[in-house]
Parts: sequence; C-alpha cells; structure tokens
Amino acid sequence: MFEIIGERINGLFYDIRDAIANKDPKPVRDWAVKQAEAGAFWLDINTGPVAKKSEQAEIMAWLVKTAQEAVDLPCCIDTTNWEAMEEGLKVHKGKALINSTTAEQAKMDALFPMAANYGAAIVGLAMNEKGVPKSAEDRTALAMELVANADAYGISPVDLYIDPLVLPVNVAQEHGPECLEALRQVKLLSNPAPKTTVGLSNISQKAPNRPLINRTFLAMAMVCGLDSAVMDACDEELVDVAATASIILNQSIYCDSYLKIFRQK
Amino acid sequence: MAVTIAKERWTSKVAEEAYGPQGLKVGGETTLPFLHFEGEIPNRAVTALEVFDTEPKDYPDILKEPFADVINDPVAWAKKVVEYGADMVALRLMSAHPDWNNASAQDVAKTAKAVADAIDVPLIVIGCGVEEKDGEILPVVAEALEGKKALIGCVTANNYKSITAAANGYGHYVIASSPLDINLCKQLNILINEMGLPLDRIAFDPLVGALGYGIEYAYSIMERARMGALTGDKTLATPIVAFIGQEAWKAKEAKDADVPEWGPQADRAILWEATTATTFAIAGANIFIMRHPESVKRFNAFVDEAMKSNAY
Repeated sequence: MFEIIGERINGLFYDIRDAIANKDPKPVRDWAVKQAEAGAFWLDINTGPVAKKSEQAEIMAWLVKTAQEAVDLPCCIDTTNWEAMEEGLKVHKGKALINSTTAEQAKMDALFPMAANYGAAIVGLAMNEKGVPKSAEDRTALAMELVANADAYGISPVDLYIDPLVLPVNVAQEHGPECLEALRQVKLLSNPAPKTTVGLSNISQKAPNRPLINRTFLAMAMVCGLDSAVMDACDEELVDVAATASIILNQSIYCDSYLKIFRQK
Repeated sequence: MAVTIAKERWTSKVAEEAYGPQGLKVGGETTLPFLHFEGEIPNRAVTALEVFDTEPKDYPDILKEPFADVINDPVAWAKKVVEYGADMVALRLMSAHPDWNNASAQDVAKTAKAVADAIDVPLIVIGCGVEEKDGEILPVVAEALEGKKALIGCVTANNYKSITAAANGYGHYVIASSPLDINLCKQLNILINEMGLPLDRIAFDPLVGALGYGIEYAYSIMERARMGALTGDKTLATPIVAFIGQEAWKAKEAKDADVPEWGPQADRAILWEATTATTFAIAGANIFIMRHPESVKRFNAFVDEAMKSNAY
C-alpha cells in the first residue's frame, strides 16, 4: 500500500515557524489532522532552517508530541541533527521513520543503531560524501551499501526506505531516467525488497506547472517501484493520482469508492 | 546445507468475530489457511447445518432422510442439527418467498425467535432470497432476535440499508452477499460500513460454486480477498461465509439418484458436498453452511487434521 509522508509540518512554512516561535500548538495540530484526513500515512516533522541548533532537540520533541496528540499517525523525523533525532524518537509513540542517513559510513554507524534501538524505520539516501551520483548504477550501488549496513545492524529491508534522490527537472533533466531506473533496480536488491521513497516536489523546483510535474512524476515513479513519498498530502489531485496508480498497478483491490478508501487508514 | 523455508510476511489479519450469546469465535487469522508455520490461526472453520422454516421443495430423498421426523418443525429440526454436531444453525426463511407461502415478517420473526430460544448454539438467519422481501422481513427478524448476536443475511447492494440499520440497532452481524465479483464485494462491505456498522460485524459471501460448477473461479476470488485482507485491505478482512450445501446439492452428481455408473448416490452426494467445503476451507472461508450431517462430519475430520500445527 502506497505510503504518503505528509510534508506540511516543517519550519520552512511560515505558520509552522511562527507556531514554533510562539509555542502555539494549534497550527501543528491542525496540519496533523488535515493531512491525516487527506490520506497521510506518516507525518514528516522538520524544525525548519531557522531553528537554532541548540534548540532543535527541544523543538523536535515538542512538534512530535503535539502532532501525535492530535492524530494517531507515526512521524517521519526529518533532521540532520542527531541529538534532535534522538529527542524526537524518545517521545514518539509507535514506529517512527528516521529521515535520514546517507551511505556515508559515519552516518550509517550512528543512525542505523539508533533505528535499531528505537525500533524505527529509516530513510537511506543513495548518496555519499561525493554527492548525488549521476547514473542509476551508482545510485543502486550506494543503495546496496545501505541495505548491507542496515542488515548488519539487524534492520530488515522492509524498514529501510531507499531514496534514489530526485533532482529538479528544469536544471538536472538527465537525472530523471536514472532516478526512475534506480527505483527499479533497488527493488531487486534483496528479498524482501527494500522500500523506496522520494522527496517528490524536488522534481518541480522553480518550474511553472509544479502540480502537473509532481503528478506525472508520481505516477511514473510508482510504476518503477516507488512505495512512499514525502509530498503534499493536501493536494487532492496528487493523492488521486497515487490512488489511481495503485489500482492500475493492482496493489489494492478495485472498488468504486477507491479514491475514498485510499485515504482511510 | 540447511533448507531455508520461504515464509510470506503478512502485515494484517482477518477480523475476529464472536457470534451468539455463546460468543463462538470465528476469523482472526494472520496467514492463509492452515499455514500454521507462517502465522496464527486462532479459530477453526465452523459449520452450520441448514433448517428450513417450511418443508423444502427441492431436497432429494437422501437429504430429507436425516431430518424425516422433523422436516415440518423448524424448532425440532434445529435441535436435531445441533445433535448432529453443527456449530451453528442456519435458519432459512423460505416461507416468506412470494412463490412459496409468502409469509409475513411477523410470522417468520416468530419462528426465528422460537428457534433461537430452543438452541444453545449461535443462529444464522437467511432470508428467502428475494431481495425486496428480505429487506422487509429481516429488520423485523433482527428486532425479534435482539440479544442473540445472530448472523443475518443475505444483504445485497439492493437491500442493505434496512437490514444493516436493524442489525446495527439490535446488535447482530450481517452477511454481505455479492455475485462472484470481488470489486462489488468490497464495495458492498464499504457501503454497509458507511452506514455505521463496524467492519467486524460483517461477514461476506462472495458466492461459491460447487465442485464442477465454477469452483475454481469462486476459489480464486476468495483467495484474492484473503490475500488482500492479509496485506492490509481492511474492507475485505472479515470472515467469509460459504453457502456450500445450497450449491453442492444443485449438482446433478449429488441429487440424481439413478445414475449407476457414477456409483451409489449416498457416497457421491456426501462426497460432493464435503469436497466442495474442503476446497473452500483451503481458499479461506470461515463459515460453512451445509445441508447433510454426514458431509459436516467428513469435513470436520479434514479440519481436525488441517488444524494440527505444522509450525516449525
């Protein structure tokens, strides 16, 4: 079943940034509820770019708690600050999703044990210190590093969400087919296969027609084996695309109410 | 070298339901039928024997014989099927059929209540099969059976509203019935659920075919529904009802007495019903509505064996 990771609780958005500054739980709760009703499976939680590093841990814990008070959904804890990651995991109810590690050894050696320790799933980005590879093969090779290292820490591939990394189509057009091919190859790496995810809206950065590009890419990526995406859960037509693609791919059994059922968890 | 056993990782389970004041548990499995090594199968398949509220018109002699002394008395017939070892009694309200006696809702409700009061196993109440009439009589039956936690059907896309509302109000379960179509089956469960009846108060009848009469088609639909349920489709994750007797006894191999080259009717008729039931047990059905006590016995002998754990 396709998993929508709702992107809206992020300090990048002004209402969430203000909520953090004023310790006002309402916008966080409202977005948790709105995204849950729209069909989100996970709530991405990100303190945003302006939160001071020293305060990020406390803010993350507050955001996770506030969101989970409003809805019964697990969170995707989205930060590069390991201390904030751990504080978020400590207060999280249920199975969290760590977002993210790369294939850099030092990061894997810090974050995989954290995932194992808290029983969390984890996103693994198919990149390392050299950056994002251009070819599908190089992305897949890094995905294999992630699968092997996760396994060594006792994390099953079904709890590892490989992100082959999406780049904006208007500046890095040649990455499109490589990213899609990498999705196909990642699903063949192990049995059970790793899960896959992407930051969907990256594909349309700074382009006109963003919703159209997002929708088209989502359908194409699902054909290639995309299992989840950090995306706008409240873009109704985008969610309709996910629901329809999952029906056409025979991932769920058709019924006339499938658009509605897809949104129910 | 050690052999690695391939095990499927299912993520979901079939709803567990508890029928009757006795709380007879059905469903709850977390894997496909009898794969004890892969998941939990907490409850065994249950059988119900059919009781007609008026003398059945199409029963061959061999099927009338075990009930000869009670065939005009639904209460006595119901007690008899409990003696024969049925886990539930399935009362079929054929007298309400416009072409039979066209009995009123009040009349059939009275019979249903009398039968429910006379037995110590859960009751299944099945209408006359005319959707419109069932939509009228079953709500009245539901009211009369308040507290009996009965399984009431069949609810179809054309009459689900009145029956679902009554079943919900009086604490019963419904059998949702759709014609060999998994998409319609799922949709009907959703429509019933949207009326406020929880999914774990629904059991569904995807319509089965007897051995030799489309059994493979019905089998694959049932199997598909089960795999859907185990991978997270909650709208299909409810117990499955299989009308085995109704289908098996339509087959000429079961009902024709004078075909010597097919062997004695007593053997083949029972085999036809028991084999049809066994097949659907393997496909994933939970509740087996049957007609002949000997078929139930043979079917249970199979289930006894199949429920022995093969976990390792």
